[in-house]
This record gives sequence, structure tokens and C-alpha cells, in this order.
Amino acid sequence: MQEPPRLARPASLVELFVAFTALALQGFGGVLAIAQRVLCEQRRWLTREDFVEILAVGQVLPGPNIVNVSLMIGDRFFGWRGALVALAGMLSVPLVLVLVLAAIYVHYAQNAVVAGALNGMGAVAAGMIVGTALKLAPVLRSNPMGRPACASIAAICFACIALLHWPLLLVLPILGIAACVFAWGRLGGRP
Amino acid sequence: MSSLSLADWLHLFGHFLLLSFAAIGGAIVIAPEMHRLMVIQTGLLTDAQFSASIAIAQAAPGPNVLFVAVMGYQAAGIAGAAATTIGIMLPSSFLAFAASRWSQARQDWRAVRAFKAGMAPITIALLVATGWILATGTPGWAHLVLTTAAALAVWRTRVHLLVLIAIGAVVGALGWV
Repeated sequence: MQEPPRLARPASLVELFVAFTALALQGFGGVLAIAQRVLCEQRRWLTREDFVEILAVGQVLPGPNIVNVSLMIGDRFFGWRGALVALAGMLSVPLVLVLVLAAIYVHYAQNAVVAGALNGMGAVAAGMIVGTALKLAPVLRSNPMGRPACASIAAICFACIALLHWPLLLVLPILGIAACVFAWGRLGGRP
Repeated sequence: MSSLSLADWLHLFGHFLLLSFAAIGGAIVIAPEMHRLMVIQTGLLTDAQFSASIAIAQAAPGPNVLFVAVMGYQAAGIAGAAATTIGIMLPSSFLAFAASRWSQARQDWRAVRAFKAGMAPITIALLVATGWILATGTPGWAHLVLTTAAALAVWRTRVHLLVLIAIGAVVGALGWV
């Protein structure tokens, strides 16, 4: 798939709020998958490269990734007001909804059909996250570290977190610093 | 429900403010510490209420971090939800905002470009790892087949994600996974 050369941008804070509310309400079992699709492919506010860069910052910093990503995208278009509006869009309506659900859930917690449906939705949500990662992977082609290095770093990261279950707080600093130092060297020719 | 003193409120709010800084990788990372605080230490929630909070937030649309709001709500009503949600989000959001500004202003710096390049494969691998951990938490091949099918559909097709979620709900409700 070819990335379109021209990007759009939200016309107003209202459009930003509506877009993020709509996003959040479509995000079952996590919002990242739908965020990538809507922001990069439907509204074309960001390229895949932009999305990966923003997500990288959002993942390294503390706090919910999608919350960090929302406010950074809002800030990019409308400054601090955009950050607040994007955050409000991402959180306000879902917050009301989740509290209503919490009130209802008590009565259906033991229901096998409800439990089964939640289980099936969980399986799909997990797959959506993996599918999003596969869609974003082509941005690595233009990475200055080169494809073999990118593939190795990604494989090590996956193995440490998913297979060995090492703590993120250990893996992220060590692997992250190593990768950034390597990239620094590549960007400057010979260090 | 709520019979908390002002000191209790401040203690709870302050604890969530601190926890916010530890939530690298998402709010779910600090769930064990919240369990210690809300269930074991203060007894504001039962074990069942704690687990239900996470399940509800994952089933509902929107960011999963809202499980924190559900916990606060179950412990002390709307005010409780406000205290835990604002507490967990305020410090990390300020940090993210500052970092965003800082890096935007220095886009051309070699260090900033090195960070973006170096972190890109890690960012993508973390997504795959998250999906893997979620998918393998529940045993059974049918579960894995559903996850794989969803991943392929997102990757290769333009099927609406809500359609996929609905299929998952139906398949699950029928007891097939």
C-alpha cells in the first residue's frame, strides 16, 4: 500500500474532539488498532511513520500509551488546547459508559453467555493489536539502522517480553539505549 | 461506599499520583500495586471487585486505563472515580506533553532522530508482544485461531474492526472459544 503524499488536518477543535470520541467508542479491548486505522488511513492526519514515532514516545513514558498518544497528536495540531481536547475526546464519553457498565455488570457477572462473549472479544482484540503491528512494520524499511538490525532488535524485544516474561522496566532501558546508540552511530556515518 | 476522611482521600490521591510515574508500558503494569493498595492495605475493594474492574474496562469501548475509574467508583462513588482517574493520569500526561514539546522543537537533532530510529523496531515488537501475551493467557487452540484470524484480517483487509469484535463476541457467546 502506498502512503498518500498529502496529509489532511483537523479543521477545528470540535472536529478533533468528535474524531477522538468516535475513535474511543470503536476501541474494544484497546484503542491503538482503531486509532492507527482512523488516523493514518481514513482521516489521513498522520503517516504511518508519524504514528510509530509518536507511539514510541508514548510507550517510553509512563502513562497509558493511547492517552499519551492522544494528547501528543492534539498538541501537534492545536497546541495545548488540542492536547486537552483530544484527551477529553478519548476519555469523557467512554468514562461515562464504563461506569454505567460497571453498575450493570454486577447482575451478569456469572452469566456464561456474557463471559463467553467477553472471552471471544478478548481473543479478537489480541489479534487486532498484532495485525496493527504487522501493518506498521513496513516503516522499518526506511529506518537508518537497516533492515537486519531492525529485525534483530524487534526479535530480541519480542523474545524478552513475550517469551521470557522479563519486566519491561528492565528490557526497555537496556534494549532501548542500545538501539538508540546504534542508530546514533548510523546517522552520523562513522561515530 | 464512601466513609473516607479527608486524610484518607489525600492519601489515596497522592498514592495514585506517585503510581502514575511507574506506569511505563501502560496502566495495567501497576495493577498489582493497585491491588496491594486498594484490596490488601485499605480494604476499599474486595478481590472480586478488583478483578471485575479490569474485566469491565476491557469489555467496554475506550482506553483500558478506565479500569482505574471503575475501581475508584466501586470504592467511593463518583468522587472516588474522579480521585483515582485524575491521580493516575495527571503526572504522566504532563510528562508526555513536555516530552512531545521538547522533541518537536528538536526534530533535527541527531539524538532525537536516533531515538526515533532506535525505538521504532522496539515499539512495533512491543505491540506484537502485547498481543501475544493477551492471546496466550487463555488456553485452547480455538482461541488462538480466532486471534490469528483477527490479526490477518486487520493486516490484510479493510474489514471494519467493530465487525471483527462482533464476530468475536458471537463466537464466544456460542461457547466455541
